[in-house]
Order: sequence, then structure tokens, then C-alpha cells
Amino acid sequence: MTKSSTSIEIRDLYKIFGSAPERFVSAVKNGMSKTELGKTHGHILGLNNINITMPAGKIQVVMGLSGSGKSTLIRHINRLIEPTSGSILIDGRNVLEMNELELREFRRNNTAMVFQRFALLPHRTVIDNVTFGLEIRGVEKGRARETGMRWIERVGLHGFENRYPDELSGGMQQRVGLARALSNDASILLMDEAYSALDPLIRTDMQTMLLDLQKELKKTIVFITHDLDEALRLGDNIVILRDGSIIQQGDAQDILLRPADDYIRRFIKDVNRARFIKVDAVMEAMPKQAPKSAPRLRSGTSLEVAAVELSKAGQDSALVTDAAGAPLGIVSLRQITAALASEDVG
Amino acid sequence: MDWLFKFPQIDPDILLSVKRAIDGSLKTLTRNYGQSIENFFYPLQQVLIFFERVISNAPWPLVVLALAAIAWFAARSVKVVVAVILMLLAIGLMGLWPDAMKTISLVLTATLFSIAIGIPLGILMNRYKRVGAIMQTVLDVMQTMPPFVYLIPVVMLLGIGRVPGFIAVVIYAIPPIIRLTDLGIRLVDKEVLEAADAYGCSRSQKLWKVQMPLAMPTIMAGINQTIMMALGMVVIASMIGVQGLGLNVLQAIANQYFTQGIFNGFAIVGIAIIFDRISQAYGHRLQKHRGARHD
Repeated sequence: MTKSSTSIEIRDLYKIFGSAPERFVSAVKNGMSKTELGKTHGHILGLNNINITMPAGKIQVVMGLSGSGKSTLIRHINRLIEPTSGSILIDGRNVLEMNELELREFRRNNTAMVFQRFALLPHRTVIDNVTFGLEIRGVEKGRARETGMRWIERVGLHGFENRYPDELSGGMQQRVGLARALSNDASILLMDEAYSALDPLIRTDMQTMLLDLQKELKKTIVFITHDLDEALRLGDNIVILRDGSIIQQGDAQDILLRPADDYIRRFIKDVNRARFIKVDAVMEAMPKQAPKSAPRLRSGTSLEVAAVELSKAGQDSALVTDAAGAPLGIVSLRQITAALASEDVG
Repeated sequence: MDWLFKFPQIDPDILLSVKRAIDGSLKTLTRNYGQSIENFFYPLQQVLIFFERVISNAPWPLVVLALAAIAWFAARSVKVVVAVILMLLAIGLMGLWPDAMKTISLVLTATLFSIAIGIPLGILMNRYKRVGAIMQTVLDVMQTMPPFVYLIPVVMLLGIGRVPGFIAVVIYAIPPIIRLTDLGIRLVDKEVLEAADAYGCSRSQKLWKVQMPLAMPTIMAGINQTIMMALGMVVIASMIGVQGLGLNVLQAIANQYFTQGIFNGFAIVGIAIIFDRISQAYGHRLQKHRGARHD
């Protein structure tokens, strides 16, 4: 399977819920607040001026608490919810301008979705759930089954293909949901709080599985979550939403080291920074005289691991190298401690 | 103060002429089109006669076996099968076999007909809000109007016999299947419907692959109620010429034959239990993987 080349461009997206949303678009664009719109006009501002470029073949996380508009946002990408204004460009086509038939074909071939409460068909067995998307597309039954079985095996459900969803645990049901989505072989994978209903340990397993699969599949994944740890672990890119507006966009390093405001600062307070901040984000340029005996750390190593390595080696600083072993910079224990303690480094 | 105690009323002469006009036009209608209406229903009559003959003329062990087999396939429970066989044997031993077969044949044909018409109507009712609102009212009227009232025009147009009896039974028994088809579709989990949309289902794919299968347990409950109401109607239907257990009950009422009434009444109850157990057990079996899920 080749890397997905499909990026998603969301431009000037607005969603207003209510009886006559079009009337308020320009007012909102000119700065009418969510509170004013709600109190005086009885309309709810769902999404406010959303602009995101979701890169191809990467995991884009959209994070926010309930009511932040994150589930509304993901439903715009396959247009389960109609926007009030704006555009969403996928492979150069504006999803919001498709007619009913084009939209149906687009959903069948280009997107697949995983749901928070799994949304499996309870009257169908695991295999029949997994091949649902293929069946809808009219793929021949034998071939659909073959594809389905392959994915059932990949998500670790071998031997369960003839069970019914209500005979499986939550984690297993979501594996079925994931296998159903992957069977579709769509370039875009939409995951709406896919792991939020699972126990913490199972959630971690599922995250690991997704990261492993993604190494190989390189799909364009949009992952919705309210859990910052999950966002930091999975996201190549993270967007944080609040009250329907974007507060910050960036990767995990940006958010941890350069939080945009107090809201995000509050959010990241309890995160295990050592696990998510990488040495690359805190290292300095190579000095002319490289310390000879310094231990070497691969680019992308977390501060947690770096600190352990340094204390094991009994050294104060280490070289950061790329995959080939060429030095990129130098990182010291002092820098590591500083990055762990303070919230604003950059 | 007289006006306070006497309700103001439309002039009796006007009322009378309205009644005369309506009754008169209905009579003309009957006189002019009675024959063509009867011709229209002739195929239905043939079907009803055919069904009744098949069931009545079949050897009784075959009928018992057939019903026992249906019970087994629907319920997969020995208990239900044994209950069905015992019930049938009891009815036969009381000397009510031929009448019971006529009643069963009427109830079965009326139920099949109700399903064939009721489920599509329920789907329409669900899909189009306007149709749903109108249908709701019509069903409310059908369910509260005393059956005797709509028997009058049916008898005027079609006379007495199987077909008018059949129509009366269907009118009485069809509302639950329509209502519960609509309800069953409405109760399908919103997230599952969203998944169907997200994977690009067309309307008919959504209906047949998602909504109908998930609504099936509710629809079965509707079928069960339809059967029970059809059975409840057999005595009234016998007043317009339907034969079977109902007619015996009617005779018993007219002549104050207490024991005949009781025997035939219990035979009707027995048939009700047979159909009820079979359809309920089938409904439960359908429910097995369709209702509850644990998260």
C-alpha cells in the first residue's frame, strides 16, 4: 500500500445551528460572539472560522472538551453535517459542492469512519460487519470476504469472524470498527473519539496498534479526542478547539513548549512532559569541539529516555544524531531539566 | 332560561335530509356498482376459499405436524412445540376441528394480507412526515371506531360472506403492524444510521440492510398483536357470514347455550395461545443479537 496523497484543506468553515443560520454568517464573520449569538438570537455557534491544512499521510488530531465542536468538525469532512459556509478541499474537490450522488461515491471510496460507540450492526457477524463498506460498494462477495478476513487478522480478531458484536468486549468491538474502516481502503480515515469509550489499558493498546498500522499504511487520519495524552501520543499535528474556534495548531512540541494561552497551559499542566518532549526541541547547535565520550541519542528520543541514558552513562550532555548517526546537536541535563520544569521555553 | 338546558341543535329537518342524502347515494352506489365491486373482489374470494379448503381438507395429522414444524422453526423450543400439539389435540377432541380450521384459515390469510400491506405503509409513514401525520389520524380512528359501524357500508357494498368478513378483520387488525413498523424504524440507533451514511449507503441500502433488520423485533411484536386482534374479531365477523368458531359463539349467545359458548371460546383462546407463542418466540430469537450491546 502506498502513502496516501490526500490532504484535507479546510477553509473559512463556519457552522451555525438554528432555524435560520445563513442570516448570521456575516455577523459572526464580523465578530459576533458565541454568547451574543446564543442569548439574543437563539442560534448556536458550532464552528467559528476554521482553517486547517491536514497533511497527507499523517495523523491529524483535533482535540477539545465536549462542546468544543470537534465532533461537528469531523462530520463536515464527509458531510454528515452540512456547513453554513466555507469549503473543504480534498484532492482538489470541494466536498461541500458535491451533489448527492457524488457525495455517496466520495463516502464509499475516499473515506472510512470509526465511531465512539462503535456503531456496528448488531444483527451481523464480525465478518459481515467488516465487509459492510465493500458490500455497499458492490464488491463481489468472495473478494470482500478475503479482504475482510485479512483485516480481521490484522486487528487481532482471528477466530472471532463468526461472532456477533454483543458477544465481544468493547475493545474487541472497536477492533471490528477499525477493521471495517480499513477494509474500505480509503485514503482518509476519520476517527471520532474512537477510543474514548475504552478502558485506559485497552486504549493504550489500540493507540499502539494504530501507530503500528500507520507506519505501513500512511493514511490521512483525522483523530478526534478529548484526551491530551492521546493527542500528544498520536498526533503528527494537533489542533485544539474551544467553543468552536481554533486556539492553537502545531505538533506536540509546539503545544507543550509554546502553549498559546492560559487555557492550554492549564490543559498541559498535568501531562508527563518528559514522555512527549523530544530532545530535538531542546538541543543546541553542535559546538566546534564535540565532547569525545558523550553518549549518542537518536533524533526523536524523548526527554524521559534521554535523562535515563545520561545518568546511566554518568555524563552531563549527549549528542543527538540522525538515523545515519551524523550529529545534529547537543543536549545537556540542564536543558532537559529546564524543559521539564518550565512551560515556556521557546 | 330554557336555552341553557336544551343544547342548541341543527334543525332536525336539515339533519334528516343530510342523512337521507348520504344513505341514498350509498344505496345508489351499491345498486349501480355493487356487481362490479363484487367482481373486483372475486379473486380475493377465490384465494380465501382456496386457503380454507387446503387447511380444512388436509388430513388432520398433517395439519398438526405442519403447525408443530412451524412452531419448531420459529421458536426452536420443545416446550412450545409440545404446547402447540396439545392445544390442537384438545380442540380436535372437543369436536371443534372443522370450525377451528376455518377460523385458523381466516386469521392466517388476514394476517398475511395485513403484513403485506401494513409493512410498506409503515415504511411510507416513517419516510414521509406528511403521510405519517395523516396516517396517524386514520389509524386512531380505525382503532377507536366500533367495528359494527364500518361493517355497515362493507355489508351494503359486498353483502354477507367471506370477503366482507375478511375486510372487516383486516381493518380491525392492521393498525398495530403499521404503527410498529414505523416505530421500529424510528428506534434504530442514530449512530448506526450515521455509520450507514458514512459508508455511503443509498436510501434503499440503508432501509434494507440497516433499518429493517434492526426494526424486525419491533415489527414482530406488531405482527403478534395483529394476529391477536384478528382472532378477537372472529366473533364479530361471524355476524356477517364468516363461518368457524365465531359463528358457534354467536349461536351460543343467541340461544343461551352456555357450554357451547365456553367450549368454542376456549378453542379461540387455544388458537390465540398457539399463534402468540410461536410469534413471540420468533420475536425473541430475532432479538438475540439485535437489541442490547454491552459497551
